[in-house]
Amino acid sequence: MKRLAGFIKKEFIHIFRDFRTLIFLFGIPAAQILIFGFAVRTDIKNAGIAVLDKAKDEISTGLISKLESSDFFILKENLMTDTRIDEVFKTGEIKAVFIFESEFGKTLINEGSANIQIIADGSEPNVANLVTSYSRAIISDYTMELNRAEETSAIPVEPEVKMYYNPNLESQYMFVPGVIAIVLLLTCAMMTSVTITREEEFGTMEVLLVSPLKPIQVILGKVMPYFLLSLIDVVFILFLSWLVFDIPIRGSLILLMLESMLYIMMGLSLGIMISTLARTMQQAMFTSLLGLMLPAIVLSGFVFPVESMPEIYNWLSSIIPPRWFVTIVKNIMVKGTDFSFVIKETFILLAMTLLFITLSTTRFKKRLE
Amino acid sequence: MIRAENISMSFNGTRALESVSLNVDKSELFGLIGPDGAGKTTFFRIVTTLLIPEKGKVSINKLDTVDDYRALRKNIGYMPGRFSLYQDLTVEENLAFYATVFGTTVKENYHLISDIYSHIEPFKKRRAGKLSGGMKQKLALCCALIHAPELIVLDEPTTGVDAVSRTEFWEMLKKLQGEGITILVSTPYMDEAVLCDRVALIQKGRILGIDKPGSITGNFSKEIYAIKGRDKFRLIRDLRDRETVESVNPFGDSVHVTFSGNEYDENLLEYLEDKGHNDPGAELIEPGIEDVFLELMSKEEND
Repeated sequence: MKRLAGFIKKEFIHIFRDFRTLIFLFGIPAAQILIFGFAVRTDIKNAGIAVLDKAKDEISTGLISKLESSDFFILKENLMTDTRIDEVFKTGEIKAVFIFESEFGKTLINEGSANIQIIADGSEPNVANLVTSYSRAIISDYTMELNRAEETSAIPVEPEVKMYYNPNLESQYMFVPGVIAIVLLLTCAMMTSVTITREEEFGTMEVLLVSPLKPIQVILGKVMPYFLLSLIDVVFILFLSWLVFDIPIRGSLILLMLESMLYIMMGLSLGIMISTLARTMQQAMFTSLLGLMLPAIVLSGFVFPVESMPEIYNWLSSIIPPRWFVTIVKNIMVKGTDFSFVIKETFILLAMTLLFITLSTTRFKKRLE
Repeated sequence: MIRAENISMSFNGTRALESVSLNVDKSELFGLIGPDGAGKTTFFRIVTTLLIPEKGKVSINKLDTVDDYRALRKNIGYMPGRFSLYQDLTVEENLAFYATVFGTTVKENYHLISDIYSHIEPFKKRRAGKLSGGMKQKLALCCALIHAPELIVLDEPTTGVDAVSRTEFWEMLKKLQGEGITILVSTPYMDEAVLCDRVALIQKGRILGIDKPGSITGNFSKEIYAIKGRDKFRLIRDLRDRETVESVNPFGDSVHVTFSGNEYDENLLEYLEDKGHNDPGAELIEPGIEDVFLELMSKEEND
């Protein structure tokens, strides 16, 4: 016990003396939360628009102020001629231009329909899509209001869409589980594999092996500090996302922490396994980064939905642990479900953990090769 | 103390050791001398239970390195070729760590290392990575000694260390030996070999000879002359061209030469002067271990 305690103490000294380790542990999660939360968005806010109003009547100005007053758009410029359109797009600040035909209001009242042309910046397809669909919604809203004001007999059917769990479709709800899954995988698997191979590279493993320390003590001593720090990481990420993005935890926090512990153990055993395969720190680092990070980001379903992937990717995604963990976290955090809804995912993770532990302990050497 | 019988080992088809047998007595300072890649490290790893030999057996105090490795590991101090220190831990922390890992404390066994540790104690708050080669080596030795082992195995402890520290280090080893500790050490430096009680010369995984350093050189069959000259490179070339000369080996500031038939070539100096060497000198000298080694090596190759 004393030996193990001494080992763990040494491991903590390594971690706290190495600036890079601390950055990995706390800087990267914070950066990822903020980057994914603010920058990578699938909803839009305050997109710049410009207007070319050739009619300048009551109805067109009314619609413009309607567009402007939504949170989605900011009116940046009132254009005078068609030739300006090209120029404003080039500045990049304008995502869409709305063109009202002359006599817009009159035509609408007389003929029952009039034309608005929406030109969107197609170089950003996602934004363009969102801008057009949002503006379509606003315009149809507006015409509905007009109809009501004139009390026309036609009663249009109006679907009322409500987004369950995430009423505003905030993208952060999706990113937080993803970031937790990736950060934990990074800290657990990469850090442990790197720290174990570091002992081998600096020759200290030779002496540890000659010492009366049992392999299990070496492994535990390596892994325990990272287990603790990863748990702190989870709390840190949850706290940060609550603080900055107001993301609540709807389900049981205890359940969430227990599931995180399982996932952390999976990551740690994966890290030990990598260390038994890699010969140098660099190999361990690259294996973890390329072999784990990339699939974790692309295939876990946190950036691209698993359901819309081609069959083969879908199949591939099911063998990578983050996919299941993302589902678990999403269910507990966003939907507030209890354990019964994540049993399948939990058991898959458990099975993976056991597999990695068996593989790594059988491969961990009592001697040198 | 150590009894190695017919140890053979190979890695991916390359022979690293071939039927190596040697015995080391209790509190003996035993040296393994040989160039890089001779198999010294492999042999040490077998002795320290880190590798299982393909063939043969090693026992230490009658404990087998394969079957009884657990018991043995408590009793061996090992200092690998790269001083196995944690670069980001301080001198003190390194020592304390190895003490706890081996189930002891620095305080308990301080008397064992006090002599050596006193050299580095002023820097005990410094990180091991920032120490000079000599200090690293002393710290590594302290770490290997802290659990009071009966046997210490030192793999090239003086490689990359300055000359003063090397001398100091060997004095320490002598002292430890005086306290009854058995020491198995390897070195590529011939001048250190004479400081051992007995040495084994090893080359390409085979032992060329085991004896006291004095007896090894005493058995040298040839007369050896040290030839001096200013342009050493040209000197070696010209000596090799001379038919009467059998072997030419550069050695410090002179060139060691043996003659075929073991007969000194009276006309050699004249020949050298004709070749444009100013004031060449030849002197009969006592053979050193390196001379023996080179001779044994060339015999091996001719066989």
